[in-house]
Amino acid sequence: MSEPVALKLTAKDFKSDQEVRWCPGCGDYAILAAIQQFMPELNIPRERTVFVSGIGCSSRFPYYMNTYGMHSIHGRAPAIATGLSVSRPDLSVWVVTGDGDALSIGGNHLIHALRRNVNLKILLFNNRIYGLTKGQYSPTSEVGKVTKSTPAGSADAPFNPLSLALGAEASFVGRTIDSDRKHLQSVLRAAAEHEGSAFVEIYQNCNIFNDGAFEQLKDPATRDDYLIRLEHGQPITFGADGQFCVVHPPGAFGLEVRETSSVRPEEIVVHDATVTDPAYAFALSRLPGLDLRNTPIGVFRSVDRPSYDSVVQGQLAAAKATVTETPEQQLAGLLASGDTWTIL
Amino acid sequence: MTKQIRQLDRVVIRFAGDSGDGMQLTGDRFTSETAQLGNDISTLPNFPAEIRAPAGTLPGVSSFQVHFADYDILTPGDAPNVLVAMNPAALKANLADLPRGADIIVNTDEFTKRNLAKVGYQASPLDDDSLAGYVVHPVALTSMTVGALAAFEVSKKDAERSKNMFALGLLSWMYSRPYESTLRFLERKFAARPELVAANVAAFKAGWNFGETTEDFAVRYEVKPAKMKPGTYRNITGNAALSLGLVAAGVRSGLPVFLGAYPITPASDILHELSKHKRFGVTTMQAEDEIAAVGAALGASYGGSLGVTTTSGPGVALKSETISLAVALELPLVIVDVQRAGPSTGMPTKTEQADLNMALYGRHGEAPVAVIAPRSPSDCFFAALEAARIALTYRTPVILLSDNYVANGSEPWLLPDVESLPDLRVDFATEPNGADGTTFLPYLRDPETLARPWAIPGTAGLEHRIGGLEKADKTGDISYDPANHDFMVRTRAARIETIPVPDIEVEDPDGDARVLVLGWGSTYGPIGAACRGVRQRGLSIAQAHLRHLAPMPANLGEVLRSYDKVVIPEMNLGQLAHVIRARYLVDAISYNQVRGLPFTAAELETTLEEVLKNV
Repeated sequence: MSEPVALKLTAKDFKSDQEVRWCPGCGDYAILAAIQQFMPELNIPRERTVFVSGIGCSSRFPYYMNTYGMHSIHGRAPAIATGLSVSRPDLSVWVVTGDGDALSIGGNHLIHALRRNVNLKILLFNNRIYGLTKGQYSPTSEVGKVTKSTPAGSADAPFNPLSLALGAEASFVGRTIDSDRKHLQSVLRAAAEHEGSAFVEIYQNCNIFNDGAFEQLKDPATRDDYLIRLEHGQPITFGADGQFCVVHPPGAFGLEVRETSSVRPEEIVVHDATVTDPAYAFALSRLPGLDLRNTPIGVFRSVDRPSYDSVVQGQLAAAKATVTETPEQQLAGLLASGDTWTIL
Repeated sequence: MTKQIRQLDRVVIRFAGDSGDGMQLTGDRFTSETAQLGNDISTLPNFPAEIRAPAGTLPGVSSFQVHFADYDILTPGDAPNVLVAMNPAALKANLADLPRGADIIVNTDEFTKRNLAKVGYQASPLDDDSLAGYVVHPVALTSMTVGALAAFEVSKKDAERSKNMFALGLLSWMYSRPYESTLRFLERKFAARPELVAANVAAFKAGWNFGETTEDFAVRYEVKPAKMKPGTYRNITGNAALSLGLVAAGVRSGLPVFLGAYPITPASDILHELSKHKRFGVTTMQAEDEIAAVGAALGASYGGSLGVTTTSGPGVALKSETISLAVALELPLVIVDVQRAGPSTGMPTKTEQADLNMALYGRHGEAPVAVIAPRSPSDCFFAALEAARIALTYRTPVILLSDNYVANGSEPWLLPDVESLPDLRVDFATEPNGADGTTFLPYLRDPETLARPWAIPGTAGLEHRIGGLEKADKTGDISYDPANHDFMVRTRAARIETIPVPDIEVEDPDGDARVLVLGWGSTYGPIGAACRGVRQRGLSIAQAHLRHLAPMPANLGEVLRSYDKVVIPEMNLGQLAHVIRARYLVDAISYNQVRGLPFTAAELETTLEEVLKNV
């Protein structure tokens, strides 16, 4: 392999000629700008980058990226992207989806892409509402949510997207926030470097139908006390003054938050995204309360597991390695295999 | 003892037993021996959906019918001349299909009080005169097999399971079949357990020798080879031929084949077969569901593969939204529907021309696709190539309507010369196509094929976005413009309607027929056999068979209007007849049967004679 050539791309190279048509103030703008700014860093030619989306506000994303892209149908992006990725290992394939697209109509494809560990970077824009259809509750809306379709409040319990992804054997799971460009890019960077499926939940504000859903995580007055910024190798402490920490109490199944002053330093959990047992990342995913207190962001889990693509390509390569004939000769041999007879 | 040898021109044998008795294997082997001898052959397996229905019951009966002759034949035969019944259930389930005088070979060991009671026999039909109209050969198949294997190191259970080889040996002797291929097969099949090779070979030979020595079988039969075109042949099922056709399409196009499939009867064998051909660059993905299967295939097509998905009716229903997306994206996609009896789960192992309506119309919006149907097991090979040709040349989804009858039936196949197969090479777009020399217009069409450029990811300078939203002509940008939508809908219709397909050919050897029988798909054999029968009685009748159902051949209307009457037999309630009536205003007579079984030539012959009487 030759040394990669620096392509010297800029954010502008990734902007398509299409007018961006999300509602003014939508969190999607910030995510788009962050990704356009981030993409040059990967040094992957635009033509080898593909964004595949489903249906929903977030799924308009590919139109705005000057790469290859497909705006497909509701919920099916992971399936379509799987066929593309496994047959074209030279491509960098990204899936852009939303909470309704990925977790409701497309739930099956999401979990199977994750368990297979297809080499996809899956970005789930979670705004906890159906925006494109004008404001029905979504599978991440809180119980009791009053919307157009639930005037008496939603009776459904929501999914925790990260718990779901971990249960589906995801090898990479992270979370970030639309408004924090630096953090968003740091998680994308880690996702892009990961071989296999990388699942990133992005908290995204829908200012029309669910404004302020993540406000506590953004407001300078509250965010430091609410957010847990995970950093690999660092003890998990948070709060404006580091006054909170995460511990694993003896006998407990999961992790719990304590006041830092109340525990010995060695009791504080040191974050390790490479822990093989998904129970650790799962426990992290269960920390937030209904009020968004104790919300971890960052890379929860990043473990090595062969990607589906590499296994499939490996089988193809092994089978082809035994071939000495031309394809036509091989075909003639295949057609004449089994019991044949000749009539003169 | 010297046995009399009698010459026959054709024979139909049905092997019937419990679904665990190995009847499909027995039938398969007998077919292979028969193929080696050079007879023409047609076969029909008939088995329950349950893998192991309760032993000895009527629902558990599995059968395999083979028709062989010294001339070319078109169907597996209406009625067996010989029934091999491995138990009372097999006898009871099949007796009604036998003409008087047929031979019945029964395994008397299974005619126990308990087994008889299971299927409602008060007394053994072997002991009363209820089978007086048949030639019954009682054979203690199980105990003779066990006896023959007494000296072998196999369990009693394994010895008993070899009884199908005893039956095969007996039938092979009766019909003077060459059995070397069966011995080779047993060596391959039980390669890991030499004691089973020895036991099965011994069981086979015991059956053969039993025929030779017992006085119950006084006559041995011969069916001379058929006059067939010179060349190398193999016996092949429709599903196997279809799989090979897809491999061939990959070779002839130079594209990797990507199959996305979810297991479903009766299509799964295509997935199994294609999964063996990785050395041809064929990727198979067993998807999480039918929707993912077609989605992955479409994703692969987008990336420059020949995307294929294989399924049956219920699966096509689930895939329909993605097929519509493929219509909008204008990408190649082959959808194979091995039809079975519906609606819903229906009868998964039984045949029906169930899905023509769904193939033609079963999508939201104006979403036309090309539709083709193979007429016989070996024709599935060429139909697969034709489906790929249309998909790749015209950048469209193509639905290939096979069915359980052609999928699992088999016939001899004259192997084609690989170089004679169609050249399916395609050109991917590599350069901007806009007037300014730098712009790429993903929906700028080839004026001849109306196909848009296939610009695969990885091609620098052609980055573009496609999707399910309506697109502006040429640029492919999102468009809600009324005139543009009208234009695009009509263009998508024209894209399919103007695909050139061969004219339909009419077979009318007498040249003066006033009645035309029109069929499509797997009814070709029974219709053809019925027409032959009609002509043998001195009557004239014309036969035409549709391979392309969308678009239809350009000369079809003219052909239809040149006959006084048009009869359309279908294994559905008249799905093609509706289309013909609507498109061509021809008052076609629809003849229908939905019993999960192919037409018999005899019933069609009777129907056609009735029509001829009234012309």
